Amino acid sequence: MARDKTNVKVDIKNVKKMFNTRNGEVVALNGVNLQIAENEFVCVVGPSGCGKSTLLNIIAGLDHPSSGEVTVNDEIVKEPGPERGVIFQQYALFPWLTVQQNVEFGLKLKNYSKEKCEQEAKKYIAMVGLSDFLHAYPKELSGGMKQRVAIARGYAINPEVLLMDEPFGALDAQTRTQLQSELLHTWETEKKTCFFITHDVEEAVILAQRVIIMSARPGRIKNIVNIDIPYPRTQETKMTERFNELKNEIWAQVYEEYLESKK
Amino acid sequence: MKNKKYLNIISVIVGIIIWQLIASIPNVSVFLASPPETVSAFMDQVRKGSMFIDIGYSLFRVLGGFAIGLVVAIPVAFLMGWYPKFSGLVEPWIQFFRTIPPIALIPLVIVALGVGESAKIVVIFLASFLVMVVTIYQGVKSVDITLIKAARVLGARDRDIFFKVIVPASTPFILVGVRLGLAASLTTLVAAELTGAQVGLGEMIQSASLYLKMDVVILGIVVIGIIGFTLDKIVLFLERKLTGWQETRQM
Repeated sequence: MARDKTNVKVDIKNVKKMFNTRNGEVVALNGVNLQIAENEFVCVVGPSGCGKSTLLNIIAGLDHPSSGEVTVNDEIVKEPGPERGVIFQQYALFPWLTVQQNVEFGLKLKNYSKEKCEQEAKKYIAMVGLSDFLHAYPKELSGGMKQRVAIARGYAINPEVLLMDEPFGALDAQTRTQLQSELLHTWETEKKTCFFITHDVEEAVILAQRVIIMSARPGRIKNIVNIDIPYPRTQETKMTERFNELKNEIWAQVYEEYLESKK
Repeated sequence: MKNKKYLNIISVIVGIIIWQLIASIPNVSVFLASPPETVSAFMDQVRKGSMFIDIGYSLFRVLGGFAIGLVVAIPVAFLMGWYPKFSGLVEPWIQFFRTIPPIALIPLVIVALGVGESAKIVVIFLASFLVMVVTIYQGVKSVDITLIKAARVLGARDRDIFFKVIVPASTPFILVGVRLGLAASLTTLVAAELTGAQVGLGEMIQSASLYLKMDVVILGIVVIGIIGFTLDKIVLFLERKLTGWQETRQM
């Protein structure tokens, strides 16, 4: 996919992040450079503790780089903004709100009218197939349903960039596969720039146009693999030779870093 | 659930029977009034016209002290949870006063405020405030950080986060605080009424014990217990109404 200067959506420029811990200073990210194009789907894989989530938090504006900067639409990220939505692994639904109220949360903060909030919320709840659960509380939903609500809530504020931190990591294999298909379908119909963190290489290859492999701490970009499998991709795609070739190639590199992180 | 209710009723009946049996032991009956004797003591107090006045005054003191305690505890606890500097200033004092039994403060309170209603309410206020502020502060501190992050990325400012995340997320802890605060208020009541009360359940027990009217003493104990039990049921009812969204262990 062509990436000229004009359609760069997210630009990560030499981002470094240091944390002060009891054992002294830890370098979480050590000079990360990455450009993500508009409507591109990138997945980030790497051993745990490699700084993937830190990078996502910095793009989201929930954390600040020690040096370097991130721009979205050529504007430096300083705090969370409406053009960036985040979906967390732990769902992070407000347990005291119903499904509809959860999805309306961000819409109400935009000061939309009551009718508009309701209309938008219902539209996205329908998109994730939970129209029968508008008035259910999170505790009444399964893990997969909770994550669907979180996805609907993320989409409802209509961000241009969707940041996802292992959103399917806590789900069982069947539910995960199903949500992957749904996410792919949504991305193909409602294009957004997606930054998706996962530890599951297969998930990365089925979803992404580019897979970013991060090194063990201190986190850097080790390699970027273009996934030249055309969309629409389905579960059958996972049977193809090319898919498995790419998967094995990426897996070998991730495993190398995993061993590195154990040293 | 229904089963549990039956067990509650059976437990109360069995308790009363055991009470009756113990009270009929000759040596024990001297100081332990039996259930019928306690009921007749109740009727006596009602006829004298003092029963409901005693209950009324005691309830007024308990609920008054408790209500002021709650009204102060909620903002203090939220400020402590929200501003680390504030909690740094306030926390040592709360921990200091928390370990002092309210009864130890009574001489001081009598000298400062005399023997009127305010003295009793202050003692009950202190006891319930200290319990509630600690519980609610704990709740504010333990609000899931991911919920705050989720709110921020959805466009929430500090004000929204406070009112739309921190407050509802802390509600279960406020209600636990209310339960503990009410219990603390009641347990402090008798001590508070030692500050020269003319009426009240604590005073009723006090003066009855001077004349060795043990049936009235037992009556006072039973009535305080019933009030505590009833108040707790009311709070539990509120808890079900307000925090039904909580994930609870299914039995």
